[in-house]
Amino acid sequence: MVAEQYIPVLMLLGVALGFGALFTLLGILLGPKRDTAVKKMPFESGLPSTGSGFKRYSVRFYMVALAFLIFDVEIIFFYPWAVKFREFGLYGFVVMSIFFVILVLGLVYDWRKGALEWD
Amino acid sequence: MELILDILLNPVVIALLKIVVIVLVFVAATGTVMTLMERKWMSAVQDRIGPNRANIPFLRDFRGRGALHMAADGLKSIFKEDTVPEGVDLVIFTIAPFFGFISAVVIWAVIPFAAPIGDFTFQITDVNIGILLVFAVTSLGIYGTVLAGWSSNNKFALLGAARGTSQMLSYEIFLGLSLVGVFMVNGSVQVSILVANQNTYWFGDVIPKWGLFTQPLAFVMFFTAMLAEAKRLPFDAPEGESEIIAGYFMEYSGMRYAAFMLAEYIAMVGIAALVTTLFLGGYHVPWLHAEGFQIFGWFMAVPVWLVSALQILAFVGKIIFFCWLIIMVRWTIPRFRFDQIMELGWKKLLPLSLANIVLTALVLLAVDNWNL
Repeated sequence: MVAEQYIPVLMLLGVALGFGALFTLLGILLGPKRDTAVKKMPFESGLPSTGSGFKRYSVRFYMVALAFLIFDVEIIFFYPWAVKFREFGLYGFVVMSIFFVILVLGLVYDWRKGALEWD
Repeated sequence: MELILDILLNPVVIALLKIVVIVLVFVAATGTVMTLMERKWMSAVQDRIGPNRANIPFLRDFRGRGALHMAADGLKSIFKEDTVPEGVDLVIFTIAPFFGFISAVVIWAVIPFAAPIGDFTFQITDVNIGILLVFAVTSLGIYGTVLAGWSSNNKFALLGAARGTSQMLSYEIFLGLSLVGVFMVNGSVQVSILVANQNTYWFGDVIPKWGLFTQPLAFVMFFTAMLAEAKRLPFDAPEGESEIIAGYFMEYSGMRYAAFMLAEYIAMVGIAALVTTLFLGGYHVPWLHAEGFQIFGWFMAVPVWLVSALQILAFVGKIIFFCWLIIMVRWTIPRFRFDQIMELGWKKLLPLSLANIVLTALVLLAVDNWNL
């Protein structure tokens, strides 16, 4: 019964992939093909492209990814608690407060260390 | 005859029919109309007429106030050359636009369009993980951005992808945290329960318990985070036309480019539907109950089919209102700098959403323990 409920989700996934395939194929099949050397160059504001497009980029993007990993996992712990919050009552609130304080301490540490600064 | 009825009442067939009506008719059409409305409303803001040139020569140059541009744009992109530049990773380059469609289309599985009548629901499937499914699917959209930018062999595209990934990852956190308060109030993540709870009233029968009133902070944060998640202005640093040309999808042309654009507009309609479902009571018409309107003891009976019709109309109306709001936000607020986006997220929305959880917990404890 429960597994049956997910069949429409898979069907929608099929619809989405169908949309993608339709768009890609229509363009490939019906569009003209007139490739030239200049047209195939990567676009760099009209200048001839130099070097590879796969460049290194700033380490800050990695810092954000790390912070995301930590916080996203911690949010997952919130969900079951939030759904059952009214049944747990005061006990659940106090227990979760301990976890919450640790989370906020982590955020404050991150902040003071400058991991959230962009420049 | 019985065999035909059996086939028609098969849950899979019913789901298929719902998918055709909701996704292929309603969502695809609204997404397409929004591509035109964006330009029309933009020109209204800028004191212009907007697109109105496409016409049918045989019908006395019929123009339909620019409505034909929807068809003209689609046809034009089909017959444009599909350029793939040198050095592109062709497999990843090809599959990247698919992710946009996945994240935009699959969320419609859990959006209800009207209150259920008996066993029949106006919802494709009512899974008990509801909103979690939405989160799972919207995070797939990040792959579209990062794969498109990475495979394009272009420095601007790579920059756009790096920006897009950081921004969407960050705002996914605030998206998730802002809804914790909503889950606490309702005690469920199932969409049908979330909507049904919003259709109850405060003070006897007067003010509906819409998420907008029970979780006002969450509403603002969720809407903001959703704009950033969809890379709509003022959060469109990954695309940033005046800085990095078109960002992560700049090497795409023709129909593949159209795929990105249509997916973006379908996603916009999806955001409007989500905000409506979570914070504006979904299909709820104020004071309309299953039997009819009822307020202050005044009662007017309404037949069942009309109740459903009114609910669907109200839902579509709310969606269009939010689409309008998203477009108006785009044309009134300039783009944030990337450091401003990150600062708004990590230093303002994150503490604010944590505070919202504590505040909600305290209020709920007070309400439950002292019967306020």
